[in-house]
Amino acid sequence: MKTHFRLGLFIFLTPVLLWLLLLIVVPHLELLMMSLQGKDDMGKAVWTFANYRHFFVEKIYWYTFVRTALYAITVTVLTFCVTFPVAFYITKVVSPKFSGFLTILLLMPFWVSELVRVYGWMILLRESGVINHLLVSSGLMDSPVEMLYNDISMLMGLVYTSMLFMVVPLISALEGMDDSLIEAAHDLGASPLTIFFRIIIPYAAPGITSGSIVVFMLALGNYLTPKLMGGKNSLWFTEQIYNEFIASFNWNQGAAFGFLLLALSSVIIWFGLKLSRQELGRALS
Amino acid sequence: MAPVLEIQNLRKEFDAFTAVDTLNFQVEEGSFFSILGPSGCGKTTLLRMIAGFQEPTSGTLCIRGRDMSEVPPNRRPVNLVFQNLALFPMMNVQENIAFGLKRQGVGKDEIRKRVDAMLERVDLTGYGKKNISQLSGGQKQRVAIARSLVLEPSLLLLDEPLGALDLKLREQMKIELKKLQAEVGTTFMYITHDQSEALVMSDRVAVMNRGRFEQIDSPRNLYANPATRFVAGFVGETNILPVSVVSRSPLKVVTSFGLELQATQVNDSSSDELDLFIRPEAIILQHDGGGDDFNRFSLTVRNILFDGSNTKILATIGASDYELTVALPQNEQFAHIGKGDVIDAGVHLSSCRCYPREAA
Ligand SMILES: Nc1ncnc2c1ncn2[C@@H]1O[C@H](COP(=O)(O)OP(=O)(O)OP(=O)(O)O)[C@@H](O)[C@H]1O
Ligand SMILES: [Mg+2]
Repeated sequence: MKTHFRLGLFIFLTPVLLWLLLLIVVPHLELLMMSLQGKDDMGKAVWTFANYRHFFVEKIYWYTFVRTALYAITVTVLTFCVTFPVAFYITKVVSPKFSGFLTILLLMPFWVSELVRVYGWMILLRESGVINHLLVSSGLMDSPVEMLYNDISMLMGLVYTSMLFMVVPLISALEGMDDSLIEAAHDLGASPLTIFFRIIIPYAAPGITSGSIVVFMLALGNYLTPKLMGGKNSLWFTEQIYNEFIASFNWNQGAAFGFLLLALSSVIIWFGLKLSRQELGRALS
Repeated sequence: MAPVLEIQNLRKEFDAFTAVDTLNFQVEEGSFFSILGPSGCGKTTLLRMIAGFQEPTSGTLCIRGRDMSEVPPNRRPVNLVFQNLALFPMMNVQENIAFGLKRQGVGKDEIRKRVDAMLERVDLTGYGKKNISQLSGGQKQRVAIARSLVLEPSLLLLDEPLGALDLKLREQMKIELKKLQAEVGTTFMYITHDQSEALVMSDRVAVMNRGRFEQIDSPRNLYANPATRFVAGFVGETNILPVSVVSRSPLKVVTSFGLELQATQVNDSSSDELDLFIRPEAIILQHDGGGDDFNRFSLTVRNILFDGSNTKILATIGASDYELTVALPQNEQFAHIGKGDVIDAGVHLSSCRCYPREAA
């Protein structure tokens, strides 16, 4: 019986372990080695911390790094603020008959690729775009303004592309919540605000955590949206990595940056979990 | 003493459907008041209006003399124990009970004291730190009641709180609830469709049917003198025989199989078609005495339903196929009765209660 069980476990686990090993562990080890290598004056490969030192010395790298982290956190918070009322409305306010339909309506835009969605926003926002055209032709504005290529348009694009990953865990968390919990709290003397912070948020906390983790990581690692919708000055750290790999062809430097980004996201998520007193296992289960 | 709850002409309509139909009643301070009625008769709707979750279509609702129409649920001096309990799963027992006190801004030490006292009262001392999921059904029940009771409401509303429990636990909780109410002295308003719960626990019971109260009375009176046909049929076990009037004052009726009986008319009615209600324990077997106001007939035993102290026999009356349920006295006097036996039996005319037949 016991050996049987072991064998079954082994058979099921092998593909997963292989996948983890070949696609995640091995490339990362390779990258780690690469990030710790450099060329000395003679052009010979040597072990060195120069790539990491470089990051801490050059201000531009630092600046982009912190900026990316702060903006990714902002995107996560904004996404939560935008999607929570939607999820609440769908699960608790509207009649159950329509909630399924509304969920599908909400997911519909995500059937097209991110690239197409970003181009959609660009068509709307750019100087010769739809919104400018409407504003000018209706006489509200004299001349079109550029609404693209700044931090706000970039944030909006990032929030838009991450919404799905927040709203789905929120809906499933809120769906499991019995309406009578809200009524019971109300009956025991809680105001709507207290009900929100003491009952609804704690109940949905695992959903909020898992949604936030996914959105944060996606925002941090996003390349397309900041590149297309952000301005010349809104550098995203992934663009730095791209530049090192592709433009400068400095793979060692790029690998070091990649590792720094990995460390950054791990630290911030660890910190967030500590702050909200959630457990990773429970949030993702 | 002024009543805790006073309801006048209260109505609730959902579209064309009237769930609660022009109710008028009062609940006395410190009493255990039950509302008994079949499923869908509007009990929950009435309770939710008192708690403030539903707005009456018309009528007034006063608690301790104060009109409640503009008061939201969190400001009403009533608390509701939900049918599914609605305990907060992300809080432990202590936090659940303290929730309402915190909202009232009670100090920390005071909260701890009152929560501990409440836990002791409901027999859960030492369970404060447990999670809700670690409790048994009966314990959850008591936490839910403690959570509301700790706020010392003017009126505690309970919506079928024992519905989810199994039979044995229900019997036990019935007694505990009654004891608890007597101890704390809070007015309880208890909803149930289980007549035994209502009769055992209450000081007064309102029998509800199709949104109306048919009778508000003490459990004893409800059982002994049901005011309407519905109450007679709903509260307690009973035998029903369709009869026609032979003569009035004194009332004499005849069954479809020709048995003539003296009876008591309850509702005034000119109808000649009546339904005769006889309680199983009102039928007396092998009775020698009895005067002119005693009806006599013979019973043929069809079946014996042995249930300890609650043993009954099923017997056909006279030459008919009508089956009556007869409760056996608790002594062993009738232990020898077997299937097929023919026994003399009788019933006093005051126990033969006639109600106008309901239009089917
Ligand atoms: N929101 C609503 N909209 C329409 N009809 C409703 C609504 N709530 C209740 N009803 C109807 O009102 C009637 C009374 O419902 P209520 O829940 O008060 O019954 P109840 O006596 O509590 O029954 P039960 O013992 O099954 O809980 C039912 O026929 C129900 O269909
Ligand atoms: Mg109900």
